[in-house]
Amino acid sequence: MSRNSADVVVIGGGVVGCAVAFELAQRGCTNVTLIERDTVASGSSGRCGAGVRQQFGTELNCVLAREAVRIFERMDEYLDYKPSVEFRQSGYLMLAFSDHQWEQFLANVALERSLDIDVKTLTPEEALKIVPFLNIDGMVGATFCQEDGHANPFHTTFAYARAARRLGVEILTHTEVTGIEVEKGRIRAVVTDRGRIATSTVVNCAGAYSGHVAAMAGIDLPVWGERHQILITEPVEPIMGPMVISFHHDFYCQQVPHGSFIMGIGMPGEPKGYNIHSSVDFLEGMARSLRQLLPPVAQLRVVRQWAGLYDRSPDAQPILGECPPVERFFNANGFSGHGFMLAPIVGVIMAELVTTGSSSIDVNRLDAGRFARGELVLEPAVVG
Amino acid sequence: MAGREKTADGSIVICRCEDITLSEIRDLIAQGYHTIDEIKRVSRAGMGPCQGRTCRQLIARELAAALGVPIEQVEMPTFRPPSRPVLLSTIARGEADE
Repeated sequence: MSRNSADVVVIGGGVVGCAVAFELAQRGCTNVTLIERDTVASGSSGRCGAGVRQQFGTELNCVLAREAVRIFERMDEYLDYKPSVEFRQSGYLMLAFSDHQWEQFLANVALERSLDIDVKTLTPEEALKIVPFLNIDGMVGATFCQEDGHANPFHTTFAYARAARRLGVEILTHTEVTGIEVEKGRIRAVVTDRGRIATSTVVNCAGAYSGHVAAMAGIDLPVWGERHQILITEPVEPIMGPMVISFHHDFYCQQVPHGSFIMGIGMPGEPKGYNIHSSVDFLEGMARSLRQLLPPVAQLRVVRQWAGLYDRSPDAQPILGECPPVERFFNANGFSGHGFMLAPIVGVIMAELVTTGSSSIDVNRLDAGRFARGELVLEPAVVG
Repeated sequence: MAGREKTADGSIVICRCEDITLSEIRDLIAQGYHTIDEIKRVSRAGMGPCQGRTCRQLIARELAAALGVPIEQVEMPTFRPPSRPVLLSTIARGEADE
C-alpha cells in the first residue's frame, strides 16, 4: 500500500466510484484513494444492460439522465480515452400495452418535453417503422427518444479509472475494506486487509454492498442486493436500432454495436441477497417473452447468460449525499438498476458535494434521511 | 526469449471468435490489465461463440509469463451457461409444450 493517508477514500471500483474519483481529481482534490475488492468493473457495472435513457417519470431523474447524456456524448474526449466508450444514440422505444400505462407515458412525455428532452409519441404502426418485426398485438402506443442509447460499460468504467489515475488518484484493486474508524461522529480512517488509510472523508460507492460499508461506520443504510439476469446472443448484422422496453412484460432488449442482442426480464419473487448465479427459469422466461415481442430475434442462439446485482433502495431511487450522524460520510448508491446511466453526472454531483458542500443540481431529496421521514421518491418508469 | 520476440507480432490469433491477436493481448497486459476477466472485458477475447475454450488458456500463459507467476495462480474467469450456443426459440418451445 503506497499511501497511508488520503483526503478522500472512495469505496468501490465500479463506474460510480471511478467517476467520483475522477471528478474529485478534476477539481484539484487529487489525494484520493479508491478501494476495490476485486478488479475495476468486476461487479454490477460490468454486468449491467448498458442502456442510457432520459425517459423517466420524475423531474429529478429526467434532469440527472439528461445531464449524464450530455457527458456521454463527449466522453471519449472528456476522458481522453482510446479506443472509445462506444456511446451510440440509437434511441429507446418504450411500449405501452394498457390504457393506464399509456396515460402514464403521456404524463412522462409532457414532463420530459418541459425539460428539453426530445421524446415522440408513436402509434403502434409508427413504432413498426422503427422496429419492423415488433409484435404490436395489444399495444396501445409507444414513446421514442432518439437521444437515448447505450454505451460500453467496461470501456466507460476503465476510461474513468484511467483518467483518474492520470490525475493522481490511487486505485487499489484486490483490496477489501474491513472497517471504518469513527470517533465522535468524525471519520478517522478506513481499514483494509492491506493496511490503514487515515482520512476524514469517505464516499460509499459499494453498490449492493453499500449497506455493509455503511454499517462499518455505524450507519443503518437500507440498501440491499437483488439479482437481475441478462443474456446475450451470437452477433448478426444490424437489424434493430433502439433499446426496446416494455414495463408490461418487464422486458428490455437491444442490439449492441458488436451485433449481439442483449436482453433481460424482471423475475418476480427474487429474494434480497447476493446470489449472482444464472438460472434456467430466467432463460426460459426470457426466450418466451422474446418470442412474443420480437419473434425473429428468438431465431438467434444465446451464447452466454450471467447475473448481477441491483443495489436496491426502498424507493428504487439513488441515495446521494452526506449521511448524518457521521460527518463527511457520503453515499452514492441505491441506484436500483440505473447506476451506469447516471454515473457521469453522479460523479460531478458527488465531487461538488465533497469539495464545496453543495451541488449544481439539487439532490437534497435523495438523502438517506428520506426513508425515516417517509419522503420516498416514487419513479413510475422502472423495469424489474 | 529471442524466439518469443520474433513471434510477437499481429499475425498470431489468440481468440478466434473475436479476432484478437497475441500482440494485442501483450499490449493490454502492458497497459495494466492483469487478469483474464479484465482482458476479456476490455477486448472481448473469450466472449464469442466458443466462450474462451481456446483463448483463456493462451491468455493465462501470457499472464503467467508477464507477471512471473506459475500458470496455476492465474485466476480463470467464470464459466457461464449455456455450454454451447442454443437457439432461443428451442428454449421457448420447450417451455410451451409442457
